[in-house]
Amino acid sequence: MIRSIAMFSAFIFCSTAGEIIITHAMKITGEPTRFRPREIFEFLGRALRNPWFWTGVPLLAASFYTLLLLLSWEPISLVIPASALNPYVFGTLAAKYFLGEKISPGRWAGVALVCAGVALVAIG
Amino acid sequence: MFWFFAAPPATRQLSFPYNKEMHRDHRLRLKTFFMILIMVACANAGDLFLKRGMTRIGNVPLTASGLQHAFLATVTSPTIWLAILFLIGFTTSYMLLMSWADYSYVMPAGAFGYALVTLLAVTVLHESVSPRRWIGVALICAGVLTVGLTKPRTTDVINDQKVAA
Repeated sequence: MIRSIAMFSAFIFCSTAGEIIITHAMKITGEPTRFRPREIFEFLGRALRNPWFWTGVPLLAASFYTLLLLLSWEPISLVIPASALNPYVFGTLAAKYFLGEKISPGRWAGVALVCAGVALVAIG
Repeated sequence: MFWFFAAPPATRQLSFPYNKEMHRDHRLRLKTFFMILIMVACANAGDLFLKRGMTRIGNVPLTASGLQHAFLATVTSPTIWLAILFLIGFTTSYMLLMSWADYSYVMPAGAFGYALVTLLAVTVLHESVSPRRWIGVALICAGVLTVGLTKPRTTDVINDQKVAA
């Protein structure tokens, strides 16, 4: 039990940190001005040269393997809904505090509805 | 649904005169809406082809020869390569979205993928879906529309020169 809680905390940390760091890397990279193949390739090249991007990738890889471990320890009906809710609950908070996104009451309401819906769909 | 992304009521009231700021907001919403559609479509198609490809390969025994055989079967399967292509499309569209839109906007808005999968399961695969799952889909749709009403981007452009200065 304690082992699963510790692993679940590690999963939440790795996936949230990984996604927030990659979002930060993309904001630094900046959006392409036009959607032409050449400019999209240049954009990807700029992103791949960003050290933040390579900080986020190992974290996301770690979150994937912690999820696999959790799936082998705990029932899938518990792990999948819990992991599906992660980006909405912790991701939104992290985006607010680390990326400085302004989360209006409307957005909170939408996130809450999505959370409830994803939980119901994931339970099946 | 498109209406919500394209012109929220708050900005619609201000549509006379149609100024530059409005035009920029409208363009940002359209761009974000289409990119989220591409992202969700690529993610679902990628997962679907990956599942189809792996089902054809069958159970992989965890032995050296079993893994070797599975590896060869995977890299020579056109279905798996198609899946990889879609997943590259998903990663690219995700990276593009993150370069201009809020994480807290894209994540909930992208959740309509769950609704799409449920609809596809019913229409294409003729699976039966529990009432609880339908309620979940309805809540997700309501949530996505609510998030769609907010501004896709609430942070400033990160400028390297500004950081250096």
